[in-house]
Amino acid sequence: MNGRNYNEVMARKNEIMKKALGLDYNEFEGKGISFDYEGMMNKAGYSIEEVQKIQESTSVGNTPLLELKNLTRAARTLAGPGKGARIFLKDEASSPSGSFKARRASVSCHYAAEKGYPGVIAATSGNYGAAVASQANMRNLKSIIVQEVFDSRGFGQPEILEKGRKCEAYGAEVMQLTVGPELFYLFLLTLEDTGFFNASLYTPFGIAGIETLGYELTEQVRQRCDRDPDAVVVTHAGGGNLTGTARGMAKAGVKDARIVSASVDLSGLHMASDIDFNKKSFTTGHTGFGVPFATWPDRADVPRNAARPLRYMERYVTVSQGEVFYVTEALAQIEGLERGPAGNTSLTAAFAVAQEMNEDEVVVVQETEYTGAGKHVTAQLTFARENGIEIRRGDPADQVPGKNIIIPDKASVIGIKEIDSDKLRQSYIRNCVKNNGIKPSDISEEEILFLAEEVNRDVSFVRENLEKI
Amino acid sequence: MTDKKIPAGSWVQIETTILEAGKRAEHLPEETKKQPLMMWVKGFLEKDAFIGEQVSVTTIIGRKMEGKLMAENPPYRHTFGRAIPELLSVGSELRELIKKGGR
Repeated sequence: MNGRNYNEVMARKNEIMKKALGLDYNEFEGKGISFDYEGMMNKAGYSIEEVQKIQESTSVGNTPLLELKNLTRAARTLAGPGKGARIFLKDEASSPSGSFKARRASVSCHYAAEKGYPGVIAATSGNYGAAVASQANMRNLKSIIVQEVFDSRGFGQPEILEKGRKCEAYGAEVMQLTVGPELFYLFLLTLEDTGFFNASLYTPFGIAGIETLGYELTEQVRQRCDRDPDAVVVTHAGGGNLTGTARGMAKAGVKDARIVSASVDLSGLHMASDIDFNKKSFTTGHTGFGVPFATWPDRADVPRNAARPLRYMERYVTVSQGEVFYVTEALAQIEGLERGPAGNTSLTAAFAVAQEMNEDEVVVVQETEYTGAGKHVTAQLTFARENGIEIRRGDPADQVPGKNIIIPDKASVIGIKEIDSDKLRQSYIRNCVKNNGIKPSDISEEEILFLAEEVNRDVSFVRENLEKI
Repeated sequence: MTDKKIPAGSWVQIETTILEAGKRAEHLPEETKKQPLMMWVKGFLEKDAFIGEQVSVTTIIGRKMEGKLMAENPPYRHTFGRAIPELLSVGSELRELIKKGGR
């Protein structure tokens, strides 16, 4: 019998993964640090037509595109003459499980059923758990969701508690853990014990499932506005949302839309800290995932992450927690839509981005998520207060994550902060060299080409940065 | 330990220690490292037992699991919280702004 302690299980990682994914990632490995990304996406993924069919069969996709007329008016009032793009919102909350994650789960569950797996497992504290549980039910599969929920005092993040409840409502087994990345150890052990499929967010299936989102929103904008979307704002965490949406838009033939990634700024808070865990009011869509996953995507729960954000990221911006809460309130108050709050990160950035754009242009916010007890502005801010976070109106520039939440005192102070994406590209190259334990001088031409594709820059950019290491 | 015996077949929550405090992964913040990694899961109780006892359960999908009996059918306690005074005027402020802008 295989050993069950931490080191023994972690040492069997590749073997467990291979069985639990039905995919041999070695097939796509190239020379040295390189691998064939498009080859992996083509071989293991599905074409967009196939994904559309899979999703149609479980009522996923074809969500409405809503025009936010009052928010557009507010943005135009604040913007200069001739400025203020029309703001549209893809209402993914109308998906079967209440978020765009149904798209990712749909393809994984289809694949798992086809391959004869008895069930599916996902390690997630987010909306993805409910999506997997819901899609598993439609495919007659069992599901297990492994969540990081509690700090050592036993206090659960209200949003994660709600997500756990929703998984249980769908009949999933929910394993609720305290804070720590060793959740992955238990995840591996459970995969091995059950023989279930690893419905990771980061397989080619999980990414192919989002391509329809980029594709659909493009078609909808063309139909409604007789033009391509000029900008699309994507909430960025693990990178799948950005990767899939950008790929889907490219497949729809979009040439030069600006894709803006947006995260909530949680700088200064440590994601594996038992103390910081309940000092944040956002459990996803934040820089605590967004930056590390961009600069080293292969930290994920699969051998090669199919979400590779730097291949698609041109502009990366952050907003503060207080600004997202304000805009979530605005969405309810002036648009009559109660959604989010975490899913409204991109909406917050879009409110600022729209003001930079011309009046005849179109900006699309590509997702919403359901709201409910625990997962609501009032729930999160009540919890924040109970955890000693100061909440006040003021200038969001004064925010300190984990100390205060500043609700903008007027709409005009809502803004975006730019993150230099070239710095992230440099970090990626550094991480790639460090994590593979190689010398920059030993990197071959083939590997340099691979790195250039990975960071979406030319080979001279890669060479310059290798020399700096 | 409470006096009330929980009957077999009840929907209960159990607790398991996954990693002891001294056996946590490296590179964790100190505050996390000094805590054990704990897990809670729900299932149907196999035999009559008291809170605090070591028990076996069968989860909703039919897996057998063991752990310390913590609660019988624990409630979902997460709520909408309270209204947030700092947000109450956001709607009227924005309506005023839109009116002023007239666009």
